Amino acid sequence: MSFDNAYEGLIDQEDSHWAFGTGFHSALEGVDREVPPGVDPADLAAYCLMLGDDALVLSQRLAEWCSRAPELEEDIALANIALDLLGQARLLLTRAGEVEGAGRDEDALAYLRDEREFRNVRLSEIDCGPGPGGDFATTIVRLLVFSSWKVAQFSRLRGSADPVVAAIAAKGLKELAYHRDHAAQWAVRLGDGTEESHRRMTAAVDRVWPFVDELFRTHPVEARLGGVAVDPAELRSEVDGVLDAVFTAATLTRPEPVPTAFVAGQAGRDGVHTEAMGFLVAEMQHLHRSLPGAVW
Amino acid sequence: MSASWPLWEVFVRGKRGLNHVHVGSLHAPDAEMALRNARDVYTRRNEGVSIWVVPAEAITASSPDEKDPFFEPSGDKVYRHPTFYAIPDDVPHL
Amino acid sequence: MVDDLAARFEHTVASEARIEPRDWMPDGYRRTLIRQIAQHAHSEIIGMQPEGNWISRAPSLRRKAILLAKVQDEAGHGLYLYAATETLGADRGELTEKLVDGKQKYSSIFNYPTLTFADMGVIGWLVDGAAICNQVPLCRTSYGPYARAMIRICKEESFHQRQGYELLMTMMRGTLAQRDMVQDAVNRWWWPSLMMFGPPDSESSNTEQSMAWRIKRNTNDELRQKYVDMSVPQAAKLGVTFPDPLLKWNAERGHHDFGQPDWDEFWQVVGGHGPCNSQRVAHRRKAHEDGAWVREAAEAHAAKASARQDGAA
Repeated sequence: MSFDNAYEGLIDQEDSHWAFGTGFHSALEGVDREVPPGVDPADLAAYCLMLGDDALVLSQRLAEWCSRAPELEEDIALANIALDLLGQARLLLTRAGEVEGAGRDEDALAYLRDEREFRNVRLSEIDCGPGPGGDFATTIVRLLVFSSWKVAQFSRLRGSADPVVAAIAAKGLKELAYHRDHAAQWAVRLGDGTEESHRRMTAAVDRVWPFVDELFRTHPVEARLGGVAVDPAELRSEVDGVLDAVFTAATLTRPEPVPTAFVAGQAGRDGVHTEAMGFLVAEMQHLHRSLPGAVW
Repeated sequence: MSASWPLWEVFVRGKRGLNHVHVGSLHAPDAEMALRNARDVYTRRNEGVSIWVVPAEAITASSPDEKDPFFEPSGDKVYRHPTFYAIPDDVPHL
Repeated sequence: MVDDLAARFEHTVASEARIEPRDWMPDGYRRTLIRQIAQHAHSEIIGMQPEGNWISRAPSLRRKAILLAKVQDEAGHGLYLYAATETLGADRGELTEKLVDGKQKYSSIFNYPTLTFADMGVIGWLVDGAAICNQVPLCRTSYGPYARAMIRICKEESFHQRQGYELLMTMMRGTLAQRDMVQDAVNRWWWPSLMMFGPPDSESSNTEQSMAWRIKRNTNDELRQKYVDMSVPQAAKLGVTFPDPLLKWNAERGHHDFGQPDWDEFWQVVGGHGPCNSQRVAHRRKAHEDGAWVREAAEAHAAKASARQDGAA
């Protein structure tokens, strides 16, 4: 290392640990990007938006913990999870734009769609803390449910007829399994920790549970994309099994589902969100939309 | 008032064929979480990396200079770093 | 006896060897180090806030990822530095209490607000650049754990500086509004970044002893001069100017002449009356206090689990 110039000698060749390093596209290197024969590009694009928006919106929520976590080590862990999800979102939105064929890239899709055009499930968007809508317990319960559901979904998507979705799923699955494990570890410690932590976990489950049923409702796009998409209804028993195991270890009770009603039969997948979503989107998009034509 | 988690020392083997090397320390409530935190903090979850976490208080250390007669007892916990060492009365003034 | 130990300590330091945790060291050395490293650690942790302020609004997904990764790195840097203080017998929890009680300081630069996204670039370029100037010499500081932490930190900081400069270059190639935004950010951050090197040597109290102990390696004014000399060509390349009418090349000295920051403002901010002092500390206090039940629960669970294991054995 040189000490004469502050900038020399500080750079290692190895930069793969950087979120913006060179490793970003490697997961999809050599993957055939043609839309498979017999698949409707509009449906495939819509499906990629659903998956991408799930990840993008939860990433946005988790990043709110940055500098607010209960301990430094956990601040770093939550940021890692947010970064993983953001990475998945970028790949999926890029795929959605490419299949759609209208020239929209990841940023056009993230920043220039209105709230009603977002296709994420409502579970991703609700405030589970550090805002007033929750606390660390709520964040953990939401993450546990979300990542258990995603692990089940992505493990099947590895066999998707769309090679790009399959490759993204294969890469994302390892990350999601880690997220699920992280959430499960915390659920057990908080559920079986102190009286206060147990009480908070019980309240967290009550907060999150109404949004669980939606995860297993089959959307028409998913129904039409047999072979490419996964029917979420098929995931329920696997996810319930995982949650039961964690809840038992955490001395918590898994409540009976009391689903939040849809609106005229529509919910997140149709762009019908909770009131929180408009604020989330406004904050995320404000700067990008304020300076049309700007380059970042 | 503020619970302080115990300190863990972290050792990482970057790749097969190498020794585990001390890379730093962190706080965690238990071994399982210490291992997870070590992956996040010190390896960014690089696969193929082997990690050991050891409670700092379980490490017995020698003093850096073994010939130094003033460090008594010669083995001590690494997490204890006294600001001065009591010198027995019968040690001649060197 | 202590004289022998002191002589050995002085010899070790003077010969550029490292002092390690279990070596004898003068009380003043230990105290000064704990204070200096803790202040440095606090700066990393408080420094997460001004940049964290823009994560949710980052204007592209790539910039969002970069910013989040960068702020995350700062948490890691704080963690490494707190660990270095712990080898000296300090306790992270206690240091955090001192920070949130206002008993220990952090770098004043983080008491300035981040008002536009250009600030993310300027913080990377100027603030991280100044931090690198301050920190690279510390990679050779006499205390081993501190030096090792600094080597790791400096490697990552250099990426931070580059990403900042790269963001600014991109913005300068963009619209007029973006170029104005960059110049405005440079105008606001230039003087505070010069203040990062501390008061002029004539007014700095700690310098002499710290230099002898190799805890500090260069004087404030030396580093400030070096920083100005380094930054001027970078600004020219970028196409921005620094808000200093006295700034010009002095061929005789082989250095740039430059004006003095407003030291009254500096002392005002150091004294707790900067634009964001109370906000930054309150934010950190809230995170620490809100997390107390989580830390307690994890400890309680660990105690239960270990009791169960003992019972089963």
